[in-house]
This record gives sequence, structure tokens and C-alpha cells, in this order.
Amino acid sequence: MATVTEAPPLAPAPEKKPPRKRGRWTPYLLLLPGLAWLLVFFALPMVYQASTSVQTGSLEQGYEVTWHFSTYWDALAEYYPQFLRSVLYAGSATILCLLLGYPLAYLIAFRAGRWRNLIMILVIAPFFTSFLIRTLAWKTILADGGPVVGALNSLHVLDVTSWLGMTAGDRVLATPLAVVCGLTYNFLPFMILPLYTSLERIDGRLHEAAGDLYAKPVTTFRKVTFPLSMPGVVSGTLLTFIPAAGDYVNADLLGSTDTRMIGNVIQSQFLRILDYPTAAALSFILMFAILIMVTLYIRKSGTEDLV
Amino acid sequence: MEQFEPDRLSPAQVAAMRRSFRNGRASLSRRSLLRASTGGALAVGGLGTLSACGIPAAGKTEGGVSSDDHSTKEKEVNFSNWTEYMDVDESEKHHPTLDTFTERTGIKVKYTEDINDNVEFFGKIKPQLAAGQDTGRDLICVTDWLAARLIRLGWVQKLDPANLPHAYANLSSQFRSPDWDPGRAYSYVWQGISTVIAFNKKALDGEEVKSISDLLDNPKLKGRVGFLSEMRDSIGMTLLDMGKDPGDFTADDYDAAIARIQKAVDKGQIRRFTGNDYTSDLSSGDFAACIAWAGDVVQLKADSPDIDFIIPDSGYMTSTDNLLVPNKARHKTNAERLIDYYYEPKAAAELAAYINYVCPVDGVKAELAKIDEDAANNPLIIPDKAMAAKSRAFRSLSSKEETEFETKFAKLTGA
Repeated sequence: MATVTEAPPLAPAPEKKPPRKRGRWTPYLLLLPGLAWLLVFFALPMVYQASTSVQTGSLEQGYEVTWHFSTYWDALAEYYPQFLRSVLYAGSATILCLLLGYPLAYLIAFRAGRWRNLIMILVIAPFFTSFLIRTLAWKTILADGGPVVGALNSLHVLDVTSWLGMTAGDRVLATPLAVVCGLTYNFLPFMILPLYTSLERIDGRLHEAAGDLYAKPVTTFRKVTFPLSMPGVVSGTLLTFIPAAGDYVNADLLGSTDTRMIGNVIQSQFLRILDYPTAAALSFILMFAILIMVTLYIRKSGTEDLV
Repeated sequence: MEQFEPDRLSPAQVAAMRRSFRNGRASLSRRSLLRASTGGALAVGGLGTLSACGIPAAGKTEGGVSSDDHSTKEKEVNFSNWTEYMDVDESEKHHPTLDTFTERTGIKVKYTEDINDNVEFFGKIKPQLAAGQDTGRDLICVTDWLAARLIRLGWVQKLDPANLPHAYANLSSQFRSPDWDPGRAYSYVWQGISTVIAFNKKALDGEEVKSISDLLDNPKLKGRVGFLSEMRDSIGMTLLDMGKDPGDFTADDYDAAIARIQKAVDKGQIRRFTGNDYTSDLSSGDFAACIAWAGDVVQLKADSPDIDFIIPDSGYMTSTDNLLVPNKARHKTNAERLIDYYYEPKAAAELAAYINYVCPVDGVKAELAKIDEDAANNPLIIPDKAMAAKSRAFRSLSSKEETEFETKFAKLTGA
């Protein structure tokens, strides 16, 4: 994704003493490790992938750059359903994360009191176990004969979701709903943490002032709290949406053949079919699609800050 | 007096308020993000550099590329294997069969369990092998189709029969001459893997499963059937069910098998295509029945009385995991001696007693019976004549076929 490096502001030279050489180079020296890191692990692989995407050939004959741009069109024409599905699933998961995460972040920031640290730990604790193991645990929780599915069934929730096309029959696993739930669960902390940071920064006196001016709690939230938390909302949604759109583990473990996302396609192109150009082209299409969506979104949301 | 109107703040005032809310932090802003992304796009635009990075052709050398053999000077061998594919003692730290080998020969085995998945492992070793470099491994263990690919690419070395007397004498006839390595010039079998149908009796609820057709067609099993994401196992079993031989089929036969499975996918009969993770679906009952690897089923059966397996009348697929010496390996002779050691009935029996796969070594039954009577009589570990007769192997594929078939299979699985 877009990576941001800002040139360090060069301190204006003090007028009396001529600037010493060492001082002038210090910012660059400090930047060097970061820039080297970006070059080796971001810029070079990008160039390499870009090159791969316009190559043709096979493993035996080797690959040569032939500027075969139609790989992009072919890939897009063939796999647009998986692209759309990725955007849809990642979007749904992001919205669910926001709906679940906002009240929790609000609670931690304003109401938790001495429980604040404990709740924060509870939010972060699942991160101490592996992503894969946590996703596999969902398979046990949502098992067909398990209590969760049993309860949903007796409450007729599954009839509704099944009618909406989100589940199939009496099960949750191996359906779109399971994949979206898995994505939501796995990326929820990425939503809560930035939300909490921006909510916690709000001066409590602003709430008092709103009350003094006869704003109802709802109005206070709408006019004061929410607008001030926009930076958190924007960075939270980005941190959730971007990795979720490229995820393939949830679709693989919790989904079925009709829930495959673009990450699964890239994985199978790269590892099983060994069609490296198509895999690279798909990665680039995904990256640019996300870049465009994110740019539009940030413009629309009208916030200056991302942190 | 002018009335205070909060909605009519001047732009300068709004800006000032914003600044104060921001605590003066020069934070990551929209503008800087946009600027950076344009810069990134421009950098990518330097397309001239792109043509400089083609991938060279796989160096194809008949018989593989040897390096100087350091076997006599350096008494060691680097062995890469799959996880849980070796016997361990109670402390779970030592591998008794490897220790015996070291005691006898003085060759230290650096045993690494760094293979989890054939395709990933191929991705891992490909750069070095393609560039003609040493992978740091003297012995690797991969499934037959990948072994075939490595031989095709010329990335593994021909073995020296003089160092392999036991292996030559004791390899079961079933595994002697696969079409991808006639006469076993490059590879020896580590273990055989049988692909069978497994089921969960409780989840089946009285239904009977005897063939792949039952999995694909029985409406009572809708959404509770699992197939393997390993193309050769799923397609091979289906081909057998359709009366074709997976060792000798045409592209049309392949398409027919894909169409047969596709129909079941469209109906919602098949729940998922899985790797090894089918074991959890099967034991939880989410899968009533699935295609499974016999080694796993032996284990699952020991843990749960509900799990069992059946071998279809039409036959079953056998694949193998094979030991190969990659190009430029430093200790080729030591690696060959290690292969040969595992073809001695005693070592083979100790290993078979522990890992429950098909033992490729003849004459191991008597040795195994001394350790574990049940294992010796289990046809999944030591196949009897009737079992061996039903076993089929998938034929080797050309590079073009491999791409074509894998693409079709990937479509079937949704990606």
C-alpha cells in the first residue's frame, strides 16, 4: 500500500554560527535505515512484481518481459466476481467492525474508569495467539451441531439469513456469513485501537459545554463527539478494510467454493498453477483498486488527519 | 450587538480550532498520503527497469548438478522432512531411528521439519535451485508429483546404486517403477499414502457410503461432503469411480471428471475442498463423509469410535512421498546411506510402528509384528495382496498438462 515518507524539515541554519557539517547530515543518516528498509522490502519487490506481471513464459523456458499487458485484462475478465466479492465481504466486515467497535471504544475512553486497562487487555489479548488458530477455533464454535448454530436455528435467525443468501440451510460454516464474521472478528482490534485513541483525546469539557448549551446527549454525540472522532473512524476503517480485502485464510477455512476471495485466487495462481504473471497482475489490480477506493474515501470523508 | 452564531465561524477560526484539537501534531494527513501515492505511482512508472528482471530458464541438466561431495570430510547430512513424519521417543526430543543411524555410521543428521505443504516448499527452494545454488539441504521429502517436476526440471541428482543395496533389494514391487522415474534412478519412497473414503458414523445417521458416487449423489449428505484440494487425489478417486484408470486417461476423461464434480458443487453437495484440516470437520461431524488420507484416518479412528473408512470397490489412489537429493547438495553419499538405512527391515519397522503410513519396504511385516502386532496386520500400513491390487497411481503430467489441469481444478474449487 501507499507508504508515506515525509522529508524531514531541515532546521533553518542559525544565523550567527555557520552550520556544522555533521549536524546537517544527521537527519539523513537517521532516515537511512528506514529508507533502506523501504527500498529493499517495498520498492524492489514492487518493481519485481510489476515486471513479472508483463512477462510471458513457463517454468522450463524461463520468463521474459514481453510487455504482455493483456494479462491484466484477461485476469480482470476472468476473476472479476472474486474481486467484487472481496470488496463486498471486506466492506461488510468493516461496517460490522465499526458498529461493534465504536460503542466499545467509547466505553473504554469515557466510561470504563479503573476498568479501562483491563478492557484494553481483553481487546488485545486474542492477538497473543496465532491468527490461524483463532480462525480454526471459529470452526469449533460454529460447528453444525454446536450450541451457537442450534440457538440461531431455534430463533429462526438462519431462516432469515438463508433467505438473504448469506447462509445455506441449517448451517453457518462454509457460507458467506461465516467468512464475513471471521473477517470481522480477526480485524476488530484494528478498528477499536484507533477509535479509542481519537476518542480518548477529546477534551471532556467539550461534552460539558455541549450540555451547558442544552444539547441532548444524542445531539452532543452527533455534533461534537462523532465529528471529533472522524480521524479514528477513517484510520480504523482503512486498517480493517485494506487487509480484509486481501485476506484468504478466512475464506479458505470458513468458506466454501462460492465464497473464494481474490486472495485465494492469487494464492492458487502463484503456488498451484504457477502462472506467476497472472498472479502478479492480480496483485497489482487489487492494489490499485484499493488505492483508488481509499483515495476517494478519504476525499469524501473530508478529514485531514489519519491518526 | 452582534449575536453569536456558531454556524458562521470564519474559515480561519475553524482552522485554528482544528489545529488546537490536533495538539499541534504534524500527523499523517490526507494531503501527504495523496502526495506519497502519486510519488509511488511515478516510481513504478520508471518502467525501463522492469525489463531487466526476467526469470531465467530453469537450468535443465540431465542427471542433475553435483557439487564436490564433502561426505567423507564432513560427517553430517541435512534432512528436510514433513512435520510428524518421524518416530520420536517419550521425551519428544530424540528420533530413535536417526540416533541408531548416527551411532552406526558416525554421520550426524541435522533433521529439520520445514515442509508443511508441497507447493509452498517448492516456492521456498525454487529460487536457489533455479539459480544453480546449494539449498543447504542434502535430502528432501516431497510428494510424487513434485518429485516428478523436480526431476523434469533437472533440479535433483541421480542416485548412486552402489550406496543403496538395501533400498534396491527391499523396495516393494508396487513402487518400483513409476512412469516419472523409471527404475528409481533419482528417488526412493519414504512412505506411501493411500487415499480412501472416511466417514463419521454419527453424522451419517444410518446412511451408507460405499463409493465416490454416494458422496456426489446422495441428497441426504447435501452440504456435508468434503473433497481434497489436492487435485490428483480428488480427480483420481472420481476417475476410478467412473471406471477410468488414473494411470492412463485422456484430457477428455479429465474434463468428464471435472464436470462430474462440478455438478455436485453446483448442487451444494460438496461443502469444502480441504487440505489436512478436513480432520477437524470430520471429527466434529460437519463432514459426514469425505475423501481422506488413510494415515490420518488410522489416527482419528484411534481417538474416536465414530470415525471409520472404506475402500471403494472401484479402487483407491496411492501416492508416495519421496526422498530426493537436490542439486549442489554437499553430502550426497551420506544422504544415500541414510536412504539405504531406512530400507533395512528393522529401521523401517520402527518407523512404521510410529507413523501409520504405507510402508514401502518388503519383509518388514515380521519385524513390525515384534513391535506392534496390530500394525503388522493393518492393511493400511502393510498392504495385503487384495489391497495392493486395488491401488492406483496418478499418471505423470507434462508441464503443459499440469498447468491446464490445475487451472481447471482451481476453477472447480472457486478460485
